[in-house]
Amino acid sequence: MKTSIIIIGGGPAGLAAAIAAKEAGADDLIILERDKELGGILNQCIHNGFGLHTFKEELTGPEYAARYIEKAKELEIPYMLKTMVVDIASESGVKKVTAMNREKGLFVIEADSVILAMGCRERPRGALNIPGYRPAGIYSAGTAQYYVNIEGKMPGKEVVILGSGDIGLIMARRMTLEGAKVKLVAELMPYSGGLKRNIVQCLDDYGIPLKLSHTVVDIDGRDRVKGVTIAKVDEKGKPVAGTEEYISCDTLLLSCGLIPENELSEKLGTGMNPVTNGPFVNESLETDIPGVFACGNVLHVHDLVDYVSMEAAVAGENAAAYVKGLLKETCKEIPLKAEGGVRYTVPARIDVNRMKEEQIVRFRVANVFKDKKICVYVGDSCIQSLRKKVLAPGEMEQVKLKKVKLLEAGDFDSITICLEDA
Amino acid sequence: METRELICIGCPMGCNLTVTIKDDNEMEITGNTCNRGADYARKELTDPRRIVTSTVRVRGGKYPVTSVKTASDIPKGKIKECVKALSKIEMEAPVRIGDVVLQNVADTGVDIVATKNV
Repeated sequence: MKTSIIIIGGGPAGLAAAIAAKEAGADDLIILERDKELGGILNQCIHNGFGLHTFKEELTGPEYAARYIEKAKELEIPYMLKTMVVDIASESGVKKVTAMNREKGLFVIEADSVILAMGCRERPRGALNIPGYRPAGIYSAGTAQYYVNIEGKMPGKEVVILGSGDIGLIMARRMTLEGAKVKLVAELMPYSGGLKRNIVQCLDDYGIPLKLSHTVVDIDGRDRVKGVTIAKVDEKGKPVAGTEEYISCDTLLLSCGLIPENELSEKLGTGMNPVTNGPFVNESLETDIPGVFACGNVLHVHDLVDYVSMEAAVAGENAAAYVKGLLKETCKEIPLKAEGGVRYTVPARIDVNRMKEEQIVRFRVANVFKDKKICVYVGDSCIQSLRKKVLAPGEMEQVKLKKVKLLEAGDFDSITICLEDA
Repeated sequence: METRELICIGCPMGCNLTVTIKDDNEMEITGNTCNRGADYARKELTDPRRIVTSTVRVRGGKYPVTSVKTASDIPKGKIKECVKALSKIEMEAPVRIGDVVLQNVADTGVDIVATKNV
């Protein structure tokens, strides 16, 4: 089987990438999705707040997904469901994607281009080093969300949540509305990893305490969770002796970070950024293997799906240009350096000649900062800056690089994005 | 004169709003990026409202529940009553996005609509 573009993953990134590629004239393409329907994690994110940028209205997750699914169907974009990709290889420019499903067994599709849109997964208990037995009642927040919102089942009645990522906050409200008692949300860091609006409308509205600089140090119960011990942590994140507090509960939800799902990318051999756990990409969102593009949470974890859709559309357009031979070859890729509080940048390098008039560079910061400006340096000269009252690790930031300014700057070897006092 | 600090929930930007309530109850709002922020602050201090999202049971569909939302925001004080009313409902499949699940939930004048095709 042969096609020109294979999109791996039918969530928000894969859908937006496929739609953009098709609209840019790539007719031969296919989406491979492992779930039984398109839409990805949006299907279980039943809360509102999606689509304010894209559709200028506030949608729920399933509604946002449905808009893209309808569009993909309207454009007659082929897709395979319940299909798991197990390998991607690149041999002299041809990409071979090995996948399997119930109907076809194991099969290979060849393509000129691949768009990686596999999304991310939650950090599990095993990666958190929490002592205690392994009783029933410990779930990642997203698993609990699946049970409540898709299966219509409640995982527990008295809940403690570790980690204040957005899914944890959303689930604090959701479990409360479904009749559970959410006793508290404990967060290791001195700040929340979630959006501020979620602290207001998910915790404050329901009087759920958020304990910053706290973690779970013990889980009690052999068959079922009976309770957890929480403790304060010092600046290094180490529990402080004497601050332990026992909280009885039957359920512990973990919302402790998301990890891009890049096993396939790693096997393929794309260079990986250890900060984002996603592949390094250039301004066209192309990995260091020509014709392989990445977008969405597999590239770096986003806070808003709107940004995922926008980013994925760029990957889709560029993949279409690539298969049509319209994507110019890169001549000189300039590395972007993340410094002074900026943890990483996507893209990681830019070909100034290939970039559009304006290039969006997305990044996250390492801490909560106040009254700063985001500065873009070429050599010693700051060519752009943007004032920010507050920056927080939970929120993705962006800066729009202007092509004219980079061309004016002449010859240079790197571009630095950093924070400075405003 | 009284000052209140709020975080706007109008969109994920979460602007920090400062509301100064003058003696004549006139509100002066700063810190908002757009008009939604000013509207939110005024509402939050006089008649706080929320959009409520939840699920209701569905018989014979591809999933046992469908997701639903209030068609517009309802008073914060009515959220519990609203969710309670939803727990009693069972729909027949097929349910389409936008279908009215319940009219005038908890006497708010607001309908509950489905947000998923089940």
